Amino acid sequence: MNALSTTGDFVRLHGVTRLFEGGGGVDDLSLAIPRGGFTVLLGPSGCGKSTTLRLIAGLETPDRGRVEIDGRDVTALPPSARGLSIVFQSYALFPHLTVAENIVFGLRVRHVPRAERDRKLKDALALTGLEGLDARKPAHLSGGQRQRVALARAIVADHPLCLMDEPLSNLDAKLRHSVRQEIRALQRRLGMTVVYVTHDQTEAMGMADHIILMRQGRIEQQGTPAALYQAPASAFAASFIGSPPMTLIPAELAGVPEPPQGHARARLMAGVRAEALRLQPAGTGWLEATVVASEFLGAETFVYLQIEGGPQLIARVPGRIDPAPGTAHSLSWAEHATHWFDRDSGRSICAGAGPRTNAESQPAPQTAAPPAA
Amino acid sequence: MPETGAPTRVLDPIARLQRRRHALYGWMLLAPALTLLTLFAFLPTAATFWASLHSRGTARRPSVFNGLENYLDLIHDPNFWTVVGNNLLYAGVTIPLSIALALVMALWADARLPLRGFVRGAYFTPTILPMIAAANLWLFFYTPGLGVIDSFTGLFGLPPVNWLGQPQTALWAIIVVTVWKEAGFFMIFYLAALQTIPPDLKEAAQVEGAGRFTYLRRVLLPLLMPTTAFIFINALINSVKLIDHLFILTKGGPDNATKLVLYWIWEMAFSYFDPARATALTVLVLLVLGGVAVFQFTIVEKRIHYR
Ligand SMILES: Nc1ncnc2c1ncn2[C@@H]1O[C@H](COP(=O)(O)OP(=O)(O)OP(=O)(O)O)[C@@H](O)[C@H]1O
Ligand SMILES: [Mg+2]
Repeated sequence: MNALSTTGDFVRLHGVTRLFEGGGGVDDLSLAIPRGGFTVLLGPSGCGKSTTLRLIAGLETPDRGRVEIDGRDVTALPPSARGLSIVFQSYALFPHLTVAENIVFGLRVRHVPRAERDRKLKDALALTGLEGLDARKPAHLSGGQRQRVALARAIVADHPLCLMDEPLSNLDAKLRHSVRQEIRALQRRLGMTVVYVTHDQTEAMGMADHIILMRQGRIEQQGTPAALYQAPASAFAASFIGSPPMTLIPAELAGVPEPPQGHARARLMAGVRAEALRLQPAGTGWLEATVVASEFLGAETFVYLQIEGGPQLIARVPGRIDPAPGTAHSLSWAEHATHWFDRDSGRSICAGAGPRTNAESQPAPQTAAPPAA
Repeated sequence: MPETGAPTRVLDPIARLQRRRHALYGWMLLAPALTLLTLFAFLPTAATFWASLHSRGTARRPSVFNGLENYLDLIHDPNFWTVVGNNLLYAGVTIPLSIALALVMALWADARLPLRGFVRGAYFTPTILPMIAAANLWLFFYTPGLGVIDSFTGLFGLPPVNWLGQPQTALWAIIVVTVWKEAGFFMIFYLAALQTIPPDLKEAAQVEGAGRFTYLRRVLLPLLMPTTAFIFINALINSVKLIDHLFILTKGGPDNATKLVLYWIWEMAFSYFDPARATALTVLVLLVLGGVAVFQFTIVEKRIHYR
């Protein structure tokens, strides 16, 4: 299998458009997916992630544009000729076939000799930890086991490209976490190129080498998880990525630091990450705010605050603090931790915030305000 | 309470009361159906069986118990074998043919095609038509010389054929009407079943390289098996039960060529006033159908259902 050694782009879309009659779809999409990498298509529900995946797979035909896989124009080829496998959200297991029969379905269709089939089945079962379950029907498996059967079916064919459409969305939160790592490890071991669709940004941040953030059928921003987190290209990206999302504050609010040269306050939004916010005694910071509630999460506390004449926001404070609801505080943050966005277009201004912001914001000596009397 | 070694479960009075209440509810819910079934199914069946063990009564000779004589009498009647043979051929052709046709039509009507609603409606029309009306329609098709079929074949210079009037073709003409009537009905079941099969499965098969035929054979047909079994039982019962069209089209003739079992029973009972043989034959039919039902509910159900 061609592993990480060969670099370059494995999948390319050139100006691909697929619009549906009732609206929706993808519009003039161009993207490149690096070979051997784990690329995540991220975006809110209905933004066209599945459509993009189906276009790559050949389950949808583009109205316009070309699809290229491994340097080959596959726009006119059926899915089976594109050398890829898919893990569906519903897993799409054949309910009348056993686990083993499900996994080797494609091999049998392609008349792979029996000995080879059995060997590959054994490997796939071992890789996905499904040994001993091979004679069961899907109805007698747990959700996590079904998910692994779908995964085994995808890897048994040895295709260099694997497409996954929200494969974890039917699992409970705890299982999702461990399966995430399993999938990632499997991808690394087999050197597959994976395109993974999700609307869950924590999943994307945790798994991806490369994130393609989509919105309404177009690409909003793409890059490494760190790049998207540290330098969101738009207010949408800023509020979609990160948990809790970045707070956006109208820039004309008194107390917000001076915007970059040549920009009117009234046309800007200031964005600050929750962990960059510092909680100070009332009157000593930039913005006055009242505590609404707080959530203790173990290693940190989320403090929900209401800015006077502004939005509600969340400050992420390390350790445990117990601010009583209703107490007044003051907020401040390192000046270079401010992200500026144009209020109308949502685009980022002065993207030079750079990777420094995060380094600054994480171990910042945040001073938790003493609980008011 | 003294400790006894006996494994009897001692129920709390509240639990005992609760159980009794449950049992009472159960019987109350069962009562209406049980009453009606007893009145209209169990009692008549028992009465039929009892009557089949008695001789034919006349004004001068009252009916007497004669054991299995009616059955032996039947078996030695050559007409019995003609009728059973007719019915076997009729079932053997109409059942597979109407099921296959229903499946093909359902696959066709399930595909994304223009006028899908119209196609489905057209296929379903024969089902809403009463059998008597359908038979009259086909009588018009089959009329020698004037009917639709002969008018059509006449265009090619073929001689008129009395489809219903000659023993070689009469049963086949009846079979055509039955298949036409039943296929549309069975299609509805297939159509409903097809709609419960998630489209993902087709896409998964497609990605794995399965063509349309492979998908049909390896995925669709196995998933439709429960429906097929259900339809098969219905078709089997109908092949015995559905005789309305015989009254219009052939009345069992010519020369018993289209006489089916139930029609013969009706004839014996109400034309020849021979309840002895009619009830004996009825019991035989019930035995065969009961055997099929048992087979269906035990062996077939267990093997077909994949969940
Ligand atoms: N077959 C179709 N016919 C018509 N509209 C469609 C079809 N498939 C998708 N759409 C529309 O295209 C848009 C994008 O759909 P898509 O399935 O790609 O969204 P998604 O990003 O995968 O969302 P989700 O996270 O909810 O799965 C939606 O508005 C949807 O209604
Ligand atoms: Mg989707």
